[in-house]
Amino acid sequence: MNFLLQSQVPLSWFLVLSAALFVLGVVGFLIKRNLITVFMSIELMLNAVNLSFVTFATQWHAVKGQIFVFFVMMVAAAEAAVGLAIIIAVFRARATLAVDRIDLMKL
Amino acid sequence: MHLIVFILFAVLCLAGAVNLLLQTHPINSALSLIVVMTSLAVLYLLLGAEFLAAAQVIVYSGAIMVLFTFVVMLLNAGREERTLGSKAAKRIGFPAVVVILAVLTTLLLHVEGLGAAGPNTPISTTEDLSTVLFTNLLLPFEVTSVLILIAILGAVALARKGHGDQPPADNSTQEGTVAK
Repeated sequence: MNFLLQSQVPLSWFLVLSAALFVLGVVGFLIKRNLITVFMSIELMLNAVNLSFVTFATQWHAVKGQIFVFFVMMVAAAEAAVGLAIIIAVFRARATLAVDRIDLMKL
Repeated sequence: MHLIVFILFAVLCLAGAVNLLLQTHPINSALSLIVVMTSLAVLYLLLGAEFLAAAQVIVYSGAIMVLFTFVVMLLNAGREERTLGSKAAKRIGFPAVVVILAVLTTLLLHVEGLGAAGPNTPISTTEDLSTVLFTNLLLPFEVTSVLILIAILGAVALARKGHGDQPPADNSTQEGTVAK
């Protein structure tokens, strides 16, 4: 219990958490069968990588890592807007969101 | 204190991510993703990134997830039907994912020279960030605004009912999977 009261968190734990979140995002990307949820898994992966960036920015006392995260957030916002518009267009054309049924390009 | 906060929100974060995978309804997945993103904001605060914590809540949990929730409601997305995925995903994907996690974890836990986040972690204020952002990185910042503008135009052009796209001819062959 003494261990819990210490106030330092090793930075490697943040990195491990980031790796775990990224892997969960990959698993979601593989197993989810709904277009929107697949897209959410991509957002989860982006967030995991952001956590790594912030951790290393803290490690090196460099502010540029945080600025990179800021840019990633902006690009993620743009990506979400365009991606969701594409999802709406796909839904309008195919009337489904299941990725197994959106397979027109498959042989 | 920092350690307790970290463990609390790391567990919350992982629970949200696992819940995202387990839920079958997209709106439940969206809500668990909000939990993940908000707990990440707390972790950013622990790391001394106060501006990013605020931006995480505003941009991710606020703007992006509201967009997701809107689309889920707009498309009336029903429960997803569980298929087991392709064989490649099962035989190669999951072992690979487990191996990646194991390798990353062992490597990261053995890295020498990583510091720790604690009460004396220097806080990088918004002022520090904006000083660099508006002096050295002014051009990328302005280019980002152009990117956002293009994204807005693209989203509107893609999502509106264009007169150009015809309704697909083979519409009758598709089973409607929309949950009513």
